[in-house]
Amino acid sequence: MGHYLSSTQSQRREMLDALGIDSMEELYSSVPRELITKNGFELPEGKSELEVDRLMRNMAGKNTQFSAVFRGAGAYSHYIPAIVGTVVSKETFLTAYTPYQAEISQGVLQAIFEYQSMICRLTGMDVSNASVYDGASATAEAVAMCRDKRRSKVIISSAAHPEVIKTIKTYCWAAGAAVELAPSNNGATDLAALESMIDDKTACVHIQQPNYFGIIEDCERAGQIAHASGAKFIMGINPIAAAILKTPGECAADIAVGEGQPLGMPLSYGGPYLGFMAANSSMMRKLPGRIVGETVDTDGNRAYVLTLQAREQHIRREKASSNICSNQALCAMTAAVYMAAMGPEGMKNAAIQCMSKAHYLASRLEEIKMPLKYGGQFFHEFVTACPDGLDAKRLIECLGADHGILGGLPIEDNCILWCCTEMNTKEEIDRLINVLAENLAEKGGRG
Amino acid sequence: MNNPTNLKYSKTHEWVAFSDGSTARIGLTDHAQQALGDIVFANLPQEGDAVNIGEAFGDVESVKAVSDIYSPVTGTVAAVNESLSDEPGQINKAPYEAWLIEVSGITDTEDLLTVEEYEAFCREEA
Amino acid sequence: MELLFEKSKEGRSCTILPACDVPVAAVEAGAARQTPLTLPELSENDLSRHYSELERRAHGVNNGFYPLGSCTMKYNPRVNESVAALPGFTNIHPLQPDVSAQGCLEALYLADKYLCGITGMDDMTFQPAAGAHGELTGVMLIKKYHEKRGDTGRIKIIVPDSAHGTNPATAAMCGMSVVNIPSGPDGCVDLEKLRAAVGDDTAGFMLTNPNTLGIFEKNILDITRIIHDAGGLNYYDGANLNAIMGIVRPGDMGFDCVHLNLHKTFSTPHGGGGPGSGAVGCKKLLSPYLPVPRVRLKEADGKYKYYQEYDFPDSIGKVKAFSGNFLVTLKALTYIITLGREGIPEAAQNSVLNANYLMKLLSKRYKVVNDGFCMHEFVLTLQNEAKEYGFTAMDIAKALLDHGIHPPTMYFPLIVPEALMVEPTETESKETLDKAADIFLEIYDQAIENPEGIHGLPKTTPIGRPDEVRAARSPVLRA
Repeated sequence: MGHYLSSTQSQRREMLDALGIDSMEELYSSVPRELITKNGFELPEGKSELEVDRLMRNMAGKNTQFSAVFRGAGAYSHYIPAIVGTVVSKETFLTAYTPYQAEISQGVLQAIFEYQSMICRLTGMDVSNASVYDGASATAEAVAMCRDKRRSKVIISSAAHPEVIKTIKTYCWAAGAAVELAPSNNGATDLAALESMIDDKTACVHIQQPNYFGIIEDCERAGQIAHASGAKFIMGINPIAAAILKTPGECAADIAVGEGQPLGMPLSYGGPYLGFMAANSSMMRKLPGRIVGETVDTDGNRAYVLTLQAREQHIRREKASSNICSNQALCAMTAAVYMAAMGPEGMKNAAIQCMSKAHYLASRLEEIKMPLKYGGQFFHEFVTACPDGLDAKRLIECLGADHGILGGLPIEDNCILWCCTEMNTKEEIDRLINVLAENLAEKGGRG
Repeated sequence: MNNPTNLKYSKTHEWVAFSDGSTARIGLTDHAQQALGDIVFANLPQEGDAVNIGEAFGDVESVKAVSDIYSPVTGTVAAVNESLSDEPGQINKAPYEAWLIEVSGITDTEDLLTVEEYEAFCREEA
Repeated sequence: MELLFEKSKEGRSCTILPACDVPVAAVEAGAARQTPLTLPELSENDLSRHYSELERRAHGVNNGFYPLGSCTMKYNPRVNESVAALPGFTNIHPLQPDVSAQGCLEALYLADKYLCGITGMDDMTFQPAAGAHGELTGVMLIKKYHEKRGDTGRIKIIVPDSAHGTNPATAAMCGMSVVNIPSGPDGCVDLEKLRAAVGDDTAGFMLTNPNTLGIFEKNILDITRIIHDAGGLNYYDGANLNAIMGIVRPGDMGFDCVHLNLHKTFSTPHGGGGPGSGAVGCKKLLSPYLPVPRVRLKEADGKYKYYQEYDFPDSIGKVKAFSGNFLVTLKALTYIITLGREGIPEAAQNSVLNANYLMKLLSKRYKVVNDGFCMHEFVLTLQNEAKEYGFTAMDIAKALLDHGIHPPTMYFPLIVPEALMVEPTETESKETLDKAADIFLEIYDQAIENPEGIHGLPKTTPIGRPDEVRAARSPVLRA
């Protein structure tokens, strides 16, 4: 049986003696007898470390690791520099508590301060918090920041990620706020329709950049429409794309949010990921979650500390804008190390390569009669229809089962949402095309 | 610090200075600022907002706490002391000069205390 | 110490990516970023040294005793980390077909099964990413339950005054408000006050047991029955489960849903403030409302297969994308598999033994709030010392920093003035407890002799006490 107890049996006996009792059971004398469960925990017997390692490796072996990944849809396969893993597996960072005791937590606090600074620069916003759970919940929290007694209607682009939309709907249902979806047209948010939906009860408008279909939206115009009616503009942004696309700051967004997973976190079957939230200075005090600030200590040395805590739930209680306590500290540190290792040129390079490879794939798909479905500019994701008579799901399944390729995500209307990142080599893309071409030749014409 | 004799006081430690029957400025007493500690931010309403007797119209934050500020009158906010957003510490340094809001169109006022009554009340509370 | 930005040198870089091997595509001018992106420009050597220095200025469980009440800072097993780093888990895309993710789905399924067993619940979700997130999810389940019954008047959540600050904030996020009931003189829920507080507007009741004073609520069956009789549901805050896991099940105490802090009770590391995981379990009556997807097992062609089911029309939806902090769930599962059916209650018992032993040692000088045995944590009060000698809980905490001990939780629960909440956990040895107690007692005696001296501590840490007022009045939140 495995355990991590340090005291030996005889030491435990000594402690029991010091307490004047004979057995551990006596420590539970305040618990009503009928509540002490004799059996029924349905747990297997404990195991030694070697057995655990074997069991879990076996479990991992039941997952398929695809040799080439062409799927994004909210989780992206990027190269993670080796230094990232080294830093975030340092024992002290891994096992430290929240840095409430600033004097012994300057390492964590400074790392988060650096993260906050980088997010501000990436998004072009004034202030960032120390992160929240993920991009979807960050968007829901941003929506809550904008709602008040006078304005409680929320407009979300229907071209945002379905899981983000679902999460916002859940949070808004709980709070009793109405959510309306702005329709999309040709893969992008229908800004004319948005303009007709917005009124003086609208708290905020949310557009995702690039959107779920990979299309680059006209966020500047969306922001203007929102502000013209006094609503706030929440811009969701892919952090890799932010290196080369107009930033939320440049689009006059009030709040910038997004999924930070591409900044050094592996796919990990969906988590832990990272929600970043940045705002302009007028919304600083509405930001939920932790924030690290700079100050001095009693000797005048520069020091970092968790600050503006009066925003937070443990102080403001029912008047807090959110109940959130923790951030994803180690993931925020991951993002900071990633951005520092890549540097400004590396970030731009990664973005350009993602976009370029996606455009190369799109042009090659067009050659084999799978053209783009939408006409707008795209970043690293795009949608193609599947040729008549072919089932998108089946096509993608073949790629996986027979060729070890994770193809694009089958979505509605028999379409496929493809993604490329800097990880996809030209050879991989060419091989994907060859395999697809074979499949299409085999099955084409069988209407 | 001496509590000014020309002001009125509430049991929730606000001071009220009427300029005429229907306009008054409201602030926090010396007792309040001492209890709150170093004030780092004041959340105040906007011009045009309504305030009502006995209801909180804002709050003040110290590092580790938030305290509501209650309105002793019913009326409309005519002005807000903007200088407090840059220097909230004025409330600690000069509580009787650092007014928070000015209310006009006052239609109702709670029973307020004179300075003697207020000081007696504070002694009893302690 | 300098920031990364201050160490940056123009033109310095790592060499992470190769050249682009396909024609370069460019963003059209109208959509392109105008302001240059400024990030630190550093070599890998710079980065390595920077983060090593930051590590020296931080304090983890690996550096020393960490008796933070209510946080359960137990040792974080390394095998959990090596399992969670297996490429067979880290390389799996959350949207890859179920048939190709059987290992991940099995992990979620087993974690569900084992934690339901430990808590006495019927179903579980791992989607919430932290305790507060789990709490939000749990209150949402309760809200949906009453909504489906057409009972929209239930908008009050009853909470003891010893509860965590997240409770009222969570209630507010769900359009509800909180009714605080005062604890009795023994720190436990006052049954009379509870009876007076329930009514047709009672949605539910939130409680942690043992409570935040480290005492087991002996009237728990009466408490949960009062709420049920009034038509409300009972929610268990799992922050203090470490004292009773494998011994008592929240489901048997009358709770309808629970949240667990996998990063407390189930040994996953705190990471300096996350990522954690706030798994939520519930009884059948709330299962239809759980977030989607849920992992199911079916038989096909004589083989068992796990799959993700989305078709739950009454689900509250999602609280986060995908399936939560999967790697954290995986670490907790690894821990549960390691300890097994005997190791889990053994850990709980030893957490209670260690707490009582340490409490006895500290009671030589410190005032312990409750009489008799505690559970896995206990609360000290420095109220008298603050009045008579002028040193506070904060001062004791700061003095401990100079000795390499992380202070206990300060000023919580709110119902105890000058509180220090101490939770040693089961992974500490007797000699660690003995040495820690000596230090606590030494600090106390020095403070009595020289109360002025303690105000200037700590002296040996990288910084002295920070000016928090300045940080809040003039926020500088970025470089």
